[in-house]
Amino acid sequence: MNAAPILRIEGARKVFGGLVAVNDVSFDVREGELVGLIGPNGSGKTTMLNLVSGALKPTAGTIGLAGARISGRPAHEIARQGVARTFQLVRILPSMTALENVMAGAVFGHMRTWGDDARHVAAALLERVGLAGRGDAMTGSMTYIDQKRLELARALASNPRLLLLDEWLAGLNPSELKLGIDLINEMRNDGRTIIMVEHVMDAIRSLCDRCVVMSSGVKIAEGDVADVLARPEVVSAYLGDDDA
Amino acid sequence: MEILITGIVLGGTYALIAVGLTLQYGVARIMNLANGENLVFACFGAFWLWSTFTINPVLGIAIVAPAAFALNWAIYVVMLRPLVNRAKNRGQLEVDSILATFGLMFIAQGIMLLGFGGGYYNYNFLSQPIAILGANYGLNRIVALCAAVVIAGALYVFLTHTRYGTAIRAVAVDPTAAGLVAIDVPRASAFAFALGGALTAASGALLSTFYTFNASMGTLFTMKALIIVIMGGVGDVRGAVIAALLLGITETAVASLIDPGLTLAATYTLFILVLLFRPQGIFGRHMA
Amino acid sequence: MTPLLATITRREAGIAVIGAVMLAAAATLPLFDTGFYLSLALNIAMYVVLCTAWTLFSGPTHYISLASAAFFGIGTYSVALGIETLPFPLLVTIGFVASAVLAGLVGIATLRLSGVYFVIFTLGLAELVRQVVTWAQTNFTRGVGLYVFTDFTEAHIYWMLLGLAAVVYVTGWLVNRSRLGFALRIIGNDETVARHVGINTAMAKVALFMISGGFIGIVGAFLAPRFAYVEPPSAFNPMISFQVVIMALLGGTGRLWAPLLGVIPFTILFDQISANFPNHTSLVIGIAFMSVVYLLPRGVVGLIEDMRRMKRKFRIVWTDDAALGKDPAE
Repeated sequence: MNAAPILRIEGARKVFGGLVAVNDVSFDVREGELVGLIGPNGSGKTTMLNLVSGALKPTAGTIGLAGARISGRPAHEIARQGVARTFQLVRILPSMTALENVMAGAVFGHMRTWGDDARHVAAALLERVGLAGRGDAMTGSMTYIDQKRLELARALASNPRLLLLDEWLAGLNPSELKLGIDLINEMRNDGRTIIMVEHVMDAIRSLCDRCVVMSSGVKIAEGDVADVLARPEVVSAYLGDDDA
Repeated sequence: MEILITGIVLGGTYALIAVGLTLQYGVARIMNLANGENLVFACFGAFWLWSTFTINPVLGIAIVAPAAFALNWAIYVVMLRPLVNRAKNRGQLEVDSILATFGLMFIAQGIMLLGFGGGYYNYNFLSQPIAILGANYGLNRIVALCAAVVIAGALYVFLTHTRYGTAIRAVAVDPTAAGLVAIDVPRASAFAFALGGALTAASGALLSTFYTFNASMGTLFTMKALIIVIMGGVGDVRGAVIAALLLGITETAVASLIDPGLTLAATYTLFILVLLFRPQGIFGRHMA
Repeated sequence: MTPLLATITRREAGIAVIGAVMLAAAATLPLFDTGFYLSLALNIAMYVVLCTAWTLFSGPTHYISLASAAFFGIGTYSVALGIETLPFPLLVTIGFVASAVLAGLVGIATLRLSGVYFVIFTLGLAELVRQVVTWAQTNFTRGVGLYVFTDFTEAHIYWMLLGLAAVVYVTGWLVNRSRLGFALRIIGNDETVARHVGINTAMAKVALFMISGGFIGIVGAFLAPRFAYVEPPSAFNPMISFQVVIMALLGGTGRLWAPLLGVIPFTILFDQISANFPNHTSLVIGIAFMSVVYLLPRGVVGLIEDMRRMKRKFRIVWTDDAALGKDPAE
């Protein structure tokens, strides 16, 4: 695991009015790694993800993708640099077919295809996430797990260098969860670099190479999953201080 | 100096209209493009009261404003609430309310054109000159400004120092959260919409004392008021007042120093500057 | 999936043939009448182009543009100012470019922001340009009015407009099957997603607004010879903007050809009203806006689609009852 970091976050900070949502957070993600970003509700994980994807601009600090600075760039440029994401509340394009939803990712992003090429990419990805033959389905009427799959396929369609999953497993029932974990695992085995914000601890334990823990906007721990989750400061961040 | 005072008088009138509009948009979330017609209705109302019953236009506000309040309440409940209820998101409500109030605007204009024709109206009320700092101003303008200040002050006290005023401000910030703390949001929205209409009507009555009006001038006022609302920050009463004064002074300066035909260009220059550099309004905070 | 095919489908070819036949039929009108009906047809053709060009931008983006009168006036003025010195086609090109540039500037200032800002900005745009033109003319030229003397008859203008309509339809079709069209459909669905899949949403909207505005400028340029005498208030008539919005919405904005269904009835109605009840035109427009919002939120096209769907549903129920048959619509 000596690969150069594909993502380098240095002193990232985001302030909303008087609230410091992300407080000087730094960490690296290496090529092919699956990093879990965890922490209690309101700890700034999603904000951190939004800083990477360009949905928000950091107040201070720098974020670099493969050596090029992406912090402060607009979201569409970051997407073209090779960052793709899913959203905490699933966002599909309701008036478009499933195939078109996935093509959206293949046409404008890191990999820019068009016409039949884009359709082939999209069809292959639909099959990959378990929606084979559903290309013509209208997406508004799909089930929740299928919408989540679709969103994942769209993110993968640009062949991103870095994939951001924002609570992609949240809200799935146990059997769906197993499918979801398997799917992420397959992507990892393909060598995809992933950051996942997640509350489902089973998924973190079974999938992540490493994890970063945030609490109240600050990074409080980083390292091997089992090791980090056992640390007292992480436990107290989740359960509250019991020695007060 | 003359420019400054004339500008402030003009700005004072703009301020009341803009505050009315910012209440309607900020609280009731309706971009009311027919608000200028409200103003013109009030101009005709004050004119009618003065010419038929010789009721002083400033006192006439006591009749015109409640009438406008009732009318706007009815408009909100009958026409606009169904749109609020059917809208799936804020964007759709915006488009629907813009189109519906356009309809209202044209219907109101049509009615006034039928009732009063397309001609220009004015009447004499306190038109003797009064000297301030060596220059002469129409007494009616100064009276109008004073009345506007009183009304704006009363509104400010109402919004900040009463229970219901605070509730209205809460709805402006977050309707969902306001609902959770037992504020009757639909009623507060209707109230704010009606109050906004009443304020605009009050400024119309004041405006009619020194301004020549006609049935189709409403749109221009609506537009200026909208620009003021955006400059001041949506829903921000204090910002609207300052932006209105700024606009009044700028317009007067451009009209007297460059060309009276370029007032709208002056308005737009300000508007573009705000859009480019502070789209959240002069005092607005950045939203996430 | 037709918009993404590299080749023309049979259905598209069919529509093209039907469209060409209708256009050719419409073009024969001046052979039969050069009075009232030609005049009415000219108005219809004008609004067809205006509304289709408007829909090109406002349909997918849901931004309500009230800038049509500004672009129209700029086109008219481009011709009126230069008719003595420059050839007509060049002036039309200037009108197109000038309108597109103005659209670009307006777009850059407002299209990054929410739709309300855009509506407000465009609401006063025609009035703004009119003020500036009037000011410039009174200060730098001899008079405000301009004469436009050409050899064009109403029939010529009508044919030019029909030709332009064809160009606008083809452009709209090309845009729909291009990356730009695909990008705009995504933006219309969810702008956040659009940005995160790599679409420069502001640029896409500005580009389309420029195309739309440029076409409206051409209409203004074509109409200049009809005015004969051009003054700022007639060239920058704000009613044009409102009529374009109402007719396009009345027809529907989901399809390129949908505005046709609004333009034809409304132009005829409006012509009758303004001839017989000139004081009631505001009321008519007001009521039309109201009916679009409350009765026909998706336009005439939406109504037709709803009726079709209902009919199909009935049929499905019926066949299901009869023999558990397959969906007859398949």
